Amino acid sequence: MRLIYALILTCLASLPARAEVDIQEVTSPGGLTAWLVEEPSIPFVALEIRFRGGASLDDPEKRGAINLMTALLEEGAADMDARAFAQAQEELATSFGFDVDRDAVSISARFLTENRDASIDLLRDALTQPRFDAEAIERVRGQVLSIIQSDQKDPNDIASETFARIAYGDHPYAYSINGTIDSVTALTRDDLIAAHKAVLARDRIYIGAVGDITPEELGPLLDDLLGALPETGAPMPPQANVTIPAGITVVDFPTPQSVALFGQPGIAQDDPDFFTALVLNQVLGGGGFESRLMDEVREKRGLTYGVYSYLASRDLANVYMGSVSSSNDRIAEAISVIREEWEKAAAEGLSEKELQDATTYITGAYPLRFDGNGPIANILVGMQMLGLPIDYIATRNDKVEAVTLDDVKRVADELLDPEGLHFVVVGQPVGLETTVGE
Amino acid sequence: MFRLPKLTALLAFLLAPVAALASDNEAVTYFKLDNGMEVVVVEDHRAPAVQQMVWYRAGSADEPKGSSGVAHFLEHLLFKATDKMEAGEFSATVALNGGRDNAFTSYDYTAYFQRVAADRLELMMEMEADRMKNIRLTPENIRTERDVILEERNQRTDNSPGALFNEQVNAAQYLNHRYGTPVIGWRHEMEELDLDDALSFYETYYSPNNAILVVSGDVDPEEVRTLAEKYYGVIPANPDLPERIRTQEPPQTAERRLVFRDARVAQPYVTRSYLAPERDPGDQEKAAALTILSEILGGGTTSYLAEKLQFDTQIATYTGAFYNGGSLDDTTFDFAVVPAAGVTLQEAEDALDAALQSFLETGVDADQLARIKLQIRADQIYARDDAERVANRYGRALAIGLTVADVQAWPGILDAVTADDIMQAARDVFDRRTSVTGWLMKEEVTQ
Repeated sequence: MRLIYALILTCLASLPARAEVDIQEVTSPGGLTAWLVEEPSIPFVALEIRFRGGASLDDPEKRGAINLMTALLEEGAADMDARAFAQAQEELATSFGFDVDRDAVSISARFLTENRDASIDLLRDALTQPRFDAEAIERVRGQVLSIIQSDQKDPNDIASETFARIAYGDHPYAYSINGTIDSVTALTRDDLIAAHKAVLARDRIYIGAVGDITPEELGPLLDDLLGALPETGAPMPPQANVTIPAGITVVDFPTPQSVALFGQPGIAQDDPDFFTALVLNQVLGGGGFESRLMDEVREKRGLTYGVYSYLASRDLANVYMGSVSSSNDRIAEAISVIREEWEKAAAEGLSEKELQDATTYITGAYPLRFDGNGPIANILVGMQMLGLPIDYIATRNDKVEAVTLDDVKRVADELLDPEGLHFVVVGQPVGLETTVGE
Repeated sequence: MFRLPKLTALLAFLLAPVAALASDNEAVTYFKLDNGMEVVVVEDHRAPAVQQMVWYRAGSADEPKGSSGVAHFLEHLLFKATDKMEAGEFSATVALNGGRDNAFTSYDYTAYFQRVAADRLELMMEMEADRMKNIRLTPENIRTERDVILEERNQRTDNSPGALFNEQVNAAQYLNHRYGTPVIGWRHEMEELDLDDALSFYETYYSPNNAILVVSGDVDPEEVRTLAEKYYGVIPANPDLPERIRTQEPPQTAERRLVFRDARVAQPYVTRSYLAPERDPGDQEKAAALTILSEILGGGTTSYLAEKLQFDTQIATYTGAFYNGGSLDDTTFDFAVVPAAGVTLQEAEDALDAALQSFLETGVDADQLARIKLQIRADQIYARDDAERVANRYGRALAIGLTVADVQAWPGILDAVTADDIMQAARDVFDRRTSVTGWLMKEEVTQ
């Protein structure tokens, strides 16, 4: 219809919305660096703190120690047991989230301006004086063991753990951050204290703050909060040597719908071709309904509810991953369509229109991410961990817009490896068999 | 508290956070178009983004008998062609404008939304208004999209023993009300859904006098009004819109129990649910008391059940209590207990009952109640950081028949709840004769 077409043209002509984010770098008197966005209109602060290394710093003999340690940070500190600590948070209407993944231990805090000092005191107790009470260790250990047991019967978890074992050899990325039943059962209080020392150190800390606080207030607050942590922790693990064999691994699991995870080596976020790969992936299998994979596998054939691909670019390894789920009798067809699309994109790259549409989407979607103090604090920390400059937000879309059709064709040819794709299929797929040894 | 993400995911249908609160500081504007369409505008000018949502007062509980899943099926089909747009063009156009769109269906409503840069709102309205009346479906659409929803059912339900268990628990809870039928639909009925089923539901329920527009973000209410009148205001109301009268539950006179076994169950657990009143227009006091009761009993580390089953004794790995008053008809108050290693489901259930009994005898801890109310008040500040959450809250409330005044009164009503109100609500609801108890278990080992 002409009217809508005209409107689209108008929109394309206008500039995408700009994210107006004014980031200040704050250095505390004690030497900690943080990025701050002042946002005084609501009387609270979102504070995001990350310690690089995360669960990958686990001692190989003590898998799961860092995960269990992180879970116990809110289970008692200083003179408070677990319930007293939780009550103290409630009395301040503050909330602390403690999380861990392969690359970082993350603390997400939010606190009201009126309770700022007391909230920081409480968080400092959790970070610097966790109690690791025997009662709390056993209680949380039971929860973690329950999660590990559940993962062993969840097709999605089975698929990701199987893929990790195939791709990462004996690197920490090959192992679940939760550890195993045996390793977690064997963990002692001393192991948790060692895990705490290994990760929560000042030499690997990244801080983002957004909200009702000035740079003059933030610096001393950070020293107060983090100054007592040790200067150094465990050495960082090496980069993983990613070796993904071509083929299919079937994990027999009695369930009606097969879950498939597929992948091949990826691309680093600081690679000069990263944005080209990002645009390429947006068209091939990026989040929306209009990607080639969604169109071919879902819209045209009804083979799945969702099919996606994504650049899993992490600190210590880069893989290009995707996922799809289809009934056991249809998963083979879904996989063959995905392979064909991978081949087609590798051979032909994208059309001019696809490049333009993807560029418009990626640049237009970027400012929409900055939608709240917590999300912005997250972005600030992520930028620092990637070593991006403080003015990156203003220049990022230019890098996307600079991607040309020739760039895409070259990167598609270099990056996409249709013959090298490995599919892990969990279920009872009809017509698929394991083609490689693990 | 260290929560169990896996288990809470399995129990997701039960989960309802304490309803967040309207605040005096929220910039909310409400008006109605001449054709009956309601409009809510939530302003937040901190980022140049806008979200449009259109909520229809039509969900799975409004479906005709035998066509379970048609409300959700139709939701999928609204992304196909209209008179003006090709299949898929709606989402492609949103993406072309740097935005994202999606939709969701529940028992009482179906909602569609887009998030885009603030200057693209007009285009979003033009497209959303278009598909309120003008979808054009082909037999091919029906065939492939029916396969898609069956795969969605596979993914959400059939691949998850916890979800299959929930379906059975709900079916046992509701003998005569459509809340006992899953939103996604029963597979055998989904397989038979056809073009006529979808169009009949569409023509009955999709009209401006059955819809609520909620726009949030960097917008001016007057501009929203002008655009809404231009695009939605010209669509005639449906004079034959049926009243939402549903078959109601008969009195429950027998306790109901079920055991669900599945080889894929790694972690057994027990659930208990009771039929409970929901929020009604001008009558939200009971629901407010139940909302706070669920926090007291099962809202985390400091809750009563955690104290009794996880701290004073080590019966459970996880305990939770859930209540969501946001429904059109009677809702449920639910518990879940995950037993610790070596504890049987019977022991876990007995411990739950003993804890509920002792709570009914000892009553509400005044300090705990004060802390919960403090959190509720603080949440009004935190909510101002999330315009979409506020927008969701209004959309959902209006879709289940509450008014803007009800939404705005809710924080005050929560704040006014007394310990006596809470105990009265607990006594009214926790009656074993009107309960459903479910055990999710591993498959029995056979020779």
